[in-house]
Amino acid sequence: MSTHSAALAAACALGLFSSAALADSPNLGKVITPEEVAPWDISVSPDGAGLPPGSGTPKQGEAVYASKCLACHGEKGAGKPNDALVGGIGSLVGDKPAIKTVGSFWPYATTIFDYVRRSMPYNESKTLTNDELYAVAAYILQLNGIIGEYDTMNAQTLPKVRMPNRDGFVTFVPAKPK
Amino acid sequence: MGHRKSKGAAIDADLVAANGLLDRRVFLGGAAMAAATAGATLPDSATANPLAVEPWMKTPGAGFVPYGQPSGYENKVVRTFTTAPGTTGTGTSRTPHHLLNGMITPNGLHFERHHSGIPDINPDVHRLVIHGLVKRPLLFTLDELTRYPMESRIAFIECGGNGQLLYQKEPAQVGVQQIQGQISCAEWTGVKLAVLLQEAGVDPKAKWILAEGADAAGMSRSLPLEEIMQDALIAFYQNGERVRPANGYPMRLLLPGYEGNMNVKWLRRIKLTEGPTMTKDETSKYTITMADGKSLQFVFPQEGKSVITRPSPGLIMKEPGIYEIAGLAWSGYGKIAKVEISADGGKSWAPAALQEPVLSKALTRFRMAWHWNGGPAVLQSRATDDIGYVQPTREKMIADRGSRTIYHSNAVTTWGVSENGEVKHVYA
Repeated sequence: MSTHSAALAAACALGLFSSAALADSPNLGKVITPEEVAPWDISVSPDGAGLPPGSGTPKQGEAVYASKCLACHGEKGAGKPNDALVGGIGSLVGDKPAIKTVGSFWPYATTIFDYVRRSMPYNESKTLTNDELYAVAAYILQLNGIIGEYDTMNAQTLPKVRMPNRDGFVTFVPAKPK
Repeated sequence: MGHRKSKGAAIDADLVAANGLLDRRVFLGGAAMAAATAGATLPDSATANPLAVEPWMKTPGAGFVPYGQPSGYENKVVRTFTTAPGTTGTGTSRTPHHLLNGMITPNGLHFERHHSGIPDINPDVHRLVIHGLVKRPLLFTLDELTRYPMESRIAFIECGGNGQLLYQKEPAQVGVQQIQGQISCAEWTGVKLAVLLQEAGVDPKAKWILAEGADAAGMSRSLPLEEIMQDALIAFYQNGERVRPANGYPMRLLLPGYEGNMNVKWLRRIKLTEGPTMTKDETSKYTITMADGKSLQFVFPQEGKSVITRPSPGLIMKEPGIYEIAGLAWSGYGKIAKVEISADGGKSWAPAALQEPVLSKALTRFRMAWHWNGGPAVLQSRATDDIGYVQPTREKMIADRGSRTIYHSNAVTTWGVSENGEVKHVYA
């Protein structure tokens, strides 16, 4: 069986896959529709794909933050006991320690929505409404001076936000055989 | 120590590098070994009655237990852990490598990194979804997945943050568990992910996958599809038994040699995408910020590395004489080709013996005979893998990448042995 499996995997890897090989595969999965996947399909791409309907402003986000986020992330995202969300813009170059926050380091605003939706609040993740998620993302961006006080975040505006460290990343090149 | 001089004389012929590093035949039963052990004495208490008939030799032992545990005398062989403020399960636990031997990490001692604790997953309701850029999105139960042909792979998993203390300006006064304990090695058994992806029908536009866990953090990473098709396994078994909850029960992704965080635990969803999703853990974390402020991203392979586990801090050397220097070497690029040992802080080197089997992207145990003459020694190991990658010195690593990151520290770790036999973490 393992030889068969290895051969099948090798064929897949090389793109040599044929209908004969597919017929040999166990094929035990059930076809699922996008509507059925939707409750789990929570990831958001940098181009905004995956963002749901809804919207929020910094002011609305301030209220969400006060009740759901402040205990861990401090007043106005200053941090403590857990990660700081605000500040450090311009601190990545030089000898002093880099202060990495959402504002100074994160290259895409969509990641805020994706991460908060899946992971936060820490003790009750996946409970914020879409409007609350847009609002809290707007609040964090506004605290960092990246958007204005009256800017609304939604599926169209959030992916267009230009983060300060957007061009700060270089793809690693693995070592080649010597 | 009157016997010290005579031991040294017998051993000189076996020297392969300075400060007492010996040819491995010393351990295969040569004259030097005989000379070295001749001076050994038993403790005073044992001299009076060296072979007592102990109570356990005279009365029946304990009965059977359903799941065995180590001897109670080994109760110090445990993981140590640190957690994020206000949490009990978000953080890291570390393997006590200074107290282990061989290449396989026992399941109860495998290191852990959790981003929102360990979920208590009911395997009957757990599901795996494959969707996105595929012809047929598929849903699998655990029962269905475990009917597929399986294969086993012995592989290390190393946290991208392992060894981060070496970026500090001063050597942290801790041991191998604290400095290098976020690596472990197990035999993982499961199904090739390529088989399932092929059943779903990969759209040629797909170049990445997003892998997501069923934990409360929904831990997720983007992974390059090409490597996934070659090497990725969905693992159900760890060293023969079902994967432990702390390591992803009932199933985890295994991508040998790649950063630990990419081996997504509690795997629930795989979405095929054109580009990376740019999750938190591939942007704000697990990136290497260099001196110029730019950050290296998608640092996937855990590059060649090694560390001496014995002697190491916390293990006292009681008297001069013959010791085995033992340690672990590994590379995310392939097999370990060579491990060299130095006892004089990198001035002279000699090759260690590599314990078979030496497997690609697995821990390799190395061993070397050493005659400690009772003087100061500075012990180092340096790994070279089969693509020719050489483990850097700490100086070189920091010259190349700076010290403003915590990730992918693979520099040489140095232990200083003092005249009283104490072993400390030092920089050389």
